[in-house]
Amino acid sequence: MTPQAISPTAGRVFRGILVVLLALAWLMPTVGLLVTSVRPQADIAASGWWRIVTEWRLTDENYRGVLTARHFFANFINSFIITVPATVLPIIIAAFAAHAFAWLRFRGRNILFMVIVALLVLPLQETWVPVLKMQSRLGLTGKYLAIWLAHTAYGLPFAIFLLRNFFAELPRELFEAARMDGYSDLGVFRSIVLPLSVPALASLGIFQFVWVWNDLMNALVLLQDLRKFPLTVAIQSLLGQYGSEWNLLASGAFISMSIPLLVFFLLQRYFVQGITAGAVKG
Amino acid sequence: MKERGAQLRAWLFVLPALILLAAYLVYPTIQTFRVSLFGGTGFNPTRFVGLRNYLLLLTRDSLFLSFAHWPPSGALVNNILWLVLFTGGTLVFGLLIAVLANGMRLERVVKSAVFLPMVISSTAAAVIARFLFSPDATIGVLNAILKALIPGFTPVSWLGTGEVVNYAVIATGVWIWTGLSMTVLSAAYKSLDPAVLEAARVDGANPWKTFWRISIPMLAQPITFVAITMIINSLKMIDLVLVMTAGGPAGASRVIGFTFYWEVFNNNLVGYGSAVAILMLVPLAPLMVIQVRRIRNQEAGR
Repeated sequence: MTPQAISPTAGRVFRGILVVLLALAWLMPTVGLLVTSVRPQADIAASGWWRIVTEWRLTDENYRGVLTARHFFANFINSFIITVPATVLPIIIAAFAAHAFAWLRFRGRNILFMVIVALLVLPLQETWVPVLKMQSRLGLTGKYLAIWLAHTAYGLPFAIFLLRNFFAELPRELFEAARMDGYSDLGVFRSIVLPLSVPALASLGIFQFVWVWNDLMNALVLLQDLRKFPLTVAIQSLLGQYGSEWNLLASGAFISMSIPLLVFFLLQRYFVQGITAGAVKG
Repeated sequence: MKERGAQLRAWLFVLPALILLAAYLVYPTIQTFRVSLFGGTGFNPTRFVGLRNYLLLLTRDSLFLSFAHWPPSGALVNNILWLVLFTGGTLVFGLLIAVLANGMRLERVVKSAVFLPMVISSTAAAVIARFLFSPDATIGVLNAILKALIPGFTPVSWLGTGEVVNYAVIATGVWIWTGLSMTVLSAAYKSLDPAVLEAARVDGANPWKTFWRISIPMLAQPITFVAITMIINSLKMIDLVLVMTAGGPAGASRVIGFTFYWEVFNNNLVGYGSAVAILMLVPLAPLMVIQVRRIRNQEAGR
């Protein structure tokens, strides 16, 4: 049956139903986790989460359980300790570099920028073993500084790429006028480029924050200290050791999701802007 | 003199970034290649074996590539399935939702729902998937649905069965990444010239034809971008596999990026694992070239 064969109204209704079904299918697994996390343990063991409709009993015992168990609260704090500097540092360093790539002339500029574009594709698997050795040579093993530096370096290619594209779109006349007024390179960067680039910096900040918050592999590989592990590692080990403690898994996973979800729903506009800027142009 | 000062100042702007990129990305990659030529266990393997690790990997490691049964199996084959099904799946669902939801009253709500898995960590997504695919009658909603729909259906341990586990992990990957594909394609679809679509309609083309003959060709660029991004993602894939299945059961859901991790950090075979990492670059290097060319062309058109 071609769409021609059905009437426009029927087509629109059919389309609407299909879209809503797809959206529900996409939401269902997450809803299942959320529901499981607020059901009493006895109910979880006795019936599927979808039975909540008829067995409406809610509890916060799973959340209290996971927050008091196995250093989980400390892991939550660790996630912040790791994420905040690992978001701020790369933005600052990338902004300086992006300014040079967009507006300053120096030898090797284009080749270096293309190398950075190529590094966007490089898998981190290529780097972990030598980086671990370097960390131990520099006495960084088990220190937060190690993971901050790693996240900063790994975040740079995308950060420089995004900012440089945004900076380069700023009107040239601004720069000529500033030069006339005797602004230095640093002055132009600080008083013209940065204030005009707040949306791009915000998009990048959100991306980097969510990316670092959600990171499992770098923490697992590079942060060689149990007491400094973030939530993602804590949940992974919860899965490994206690594969059937669904109540703790559900509440733990939901706590780790709550921060990026909050960021997403509050700042959705910047999210979409960042993605489309990186994609349609890039 | 003034020119040299300007050069120097420009270099000061890029220097911190370049030092970090060299120390964390470029130099380690070269070192990893060097380590891949050494054999034995431990973090400083000293026994030089040349290309032996690569040879073993491609001919003797049945978990990496095996022709013992038809169809062939192993991490390499699993990764090819990832590349095709993950890329295809995210593109088809992303385009479907972007086009169907376009202009609907619920468009924003629908898109938020589909984008949500993009925002959470692979670890959380893997926990969610472990719930979904569980054979446990009180946890696994997929088995519950199938049981309700198909009389006499016996629950399947989707993540515990070698024949299906790779597809289950790929499906989870599609669930996560469709949000990105949808967002990019939706923005591109909205920017299509309505006059062209209108002209096609006036000429009597039905919506189906308009979509395939006009919209799709006009979306060629964003579709290519999404496809390349997804191919790169599938070739780097690691964390979802690690948390969902740890490559199991019996290595049935291994992919190349995961094999690196397992050989180095679980089996302590640092040289062998490094060879896996370097092999990853074989398909990724051409993609790097493609990306650089694409950006350079855009720069030229600026």
